[in-house]
Amino acid sequence: MALTFAEKLLARKAGKEKVTAGEIVFCKPDRLLMHDNAAAITDKIGKELAEFGVRDPEQIVIVLDHTIPAVDEKTATGHKRVRDFVDRHGVRHFFDVGTGVCHQVMVEKGLVLPGMLAVGSDSHTCSYGAVNAFATGIDRTEAAALLLTGETWFKVPQSIKINLKGRLGELVTAKDLILTIIGAIGADGADYCSVEFWGDIGHLTIDDRFTIANMGVEMGAKNAVFPVDEITRGFLAAIGIERREWQEVWADAGAVYRQELTFEMDGIVPVVAAPHKVDNVQPASELKDVFVQQCLIGTCTNGRASDFGLAAEIIGRRKVSPRTRLLLLPASKSELEKALDAGDIQTLVEAGGILLPPGCGPCLGAHQGVLAPGERCISTANRNFKGRMGCREAEIYLASPATVAASALTGRITDPREVM
Amino acid sequence: MKVWFYGDDINTDMLFPGKYTYTCSKPEEIKPHLLEDLDPEFASGVQPGDVIIAGKNFGCGSSREQPVVGLKAVGVAAVIAKSFARIFYRAGINQGLLLIEAPAAVDCYQPGMAVELKVIEGKVKIGGQEFIFPKPPPEILGIVEAGGLLEFTRKRLKESRGIK
Repeated sequence: MALTFAEKLLARKAGKEKVTAGEIVFCKPDRLLMHDNAAAITDKIGKELAEFGVRDPEQIVIVLDHTIPAVDEKTATGHKRVRDFVDRHGVRHFFDVGTGVCHQVMVEKGLVLPGMLAVGSDSHTCSYGAVNAFATGIDRTEAAALLLTGETWFKVPQSIKINLKGRLGELVTAKDLILTIIGAIGADGADYCSVEFWGDIGHLTIDDRFTIANMGVEMGAKNAVFPVDEITRGFLAAIGIERREWQEVWADAGAVYRQELTFEMDGIVPVVAAPHKVDNVQPASELKDVFVQQCLIGTCTNGRASDFGLAAEIIGRRKVSPRTRLLLLPASKSELEKALDAGDIQTLVEAGGILLPPGCGPCLGAHQGVLAPGERCISTANRNFKGRMGCREAEIYLASPATVAASALTGRITDPREVM
Repeated sequence: MKVWFYGDDINTDMLFPGKYTYTCSKPEEIKPHLLEDLDPEFASGVQPGDVIIAGKNFGCGSSREQPVVGLKAVGVAAVIAKSFARIFYRAGINQGLLLIEAPAAVDCYQPGMAVELKVIEGKVKIGGQEFIFPKPPPEILGIVEAGGLLEFTRKRLKESRGIK
């Protein structure tokens, strides 16, 4: 019988020959990711941890990234308690403040590999589908239970097959592609589903696939995944992973899908998700009367060296408009270093960009770059929900790094092709 | 019992703003901010036994569980929606908060109509019409019956070590 990616991977993890959509299986995830919320998670089970310990320290990855450097005494104390937990329970995969956003760290450190099953107490855990993992978000309580037992239940999802055809045009990016897809199928279009990307993916880099998989949850997907190809193998070799360390999985021809969709990449234009829903997608060129007081390039969606490279190429020797401010939020220290080596951070800072530490900061409105009532921000992040950047009377527009860079030059939403 | 009625795609930022995620984790800290950016009257007006009725994709967005913990703590009897986002739905199971996926029931509801929940029978009565909602699948019924995932896990751990 032909199986989807999700059916095949969950069958393997559950030790079964086959499973079908709708079935519930119990599996031990290869990885359990937590971030700053590890403090609150371990708080729930203090007594049990003292009595039983953690089930498997090797399964656990913790990255401090959401409120870094600490915002106040409370978040500082949370970080300290996480470090104490890590020491006490022998958690080897721990990355302290400044390493980067957890999802970027998981992929760049090779902690998640093709064919792995990963869960994380963060909704953007779905990013690891970029490297062929089945990865999905869970809540804090489930993470607490996983620390104690090492396993959880999974409902085998139905799958959606997305065929990508052709090639993206000049200054049109993977962000425009995924926003266009979400705009077409809706914020709930893939609820509970596993989304597989097929077709002409040969020119989509791991960075591109990361951006796409990262936003899977914005259409409700349980996970979003790419097959392993030369690009994946090249990426894994570059980070020092040997071929024998992973066992990739892909769907069989003839597997059953809930829906099959095709997107022609040649026809895609720079787009923007307007407030307050990610599926409110419009061409950037139609929003040129919208002035923006803040521009953000970064986050786990688009904070890699390639994103800063594209922005620097667009901005060049020009300056950020005095009517707006440009924030730079690298996805990790390693990506920041790559962008520094390329000279792109220097270009962007000389243009007026403000460099923030690698982390989540402004994306969730916890600190850094919080907006004022009536202000608008154009951002490369993944959510434009009301209040997301700390103020419910502010507006957030989502776009590619190219569109945000172009908008930083003009102070209003700008199709990057107009400034090149 | 009051019915709080909302639309489609109610996300977790509206249910509990992200800026509080790392400073409020306990029910007492969560309660004053519940639904703050959606309905400023909710936190002060909600009473035990109240019900929320909403459109599709309720609870979309982040994995934060504070909305579920908070709704359970203030005594919301159930959320009835056309559909739920999956992390939120799992969180409902994990906290023992009743989430009812019943699109026909939501379509039937008009503000002011009486709503009657019959949890044990798996039925909800809206404006005189009865809608059936299915029980959770047997594999996860144990979690719901234990009152949530942590209670279920504690029980399992003790059993596995032969502790009563």
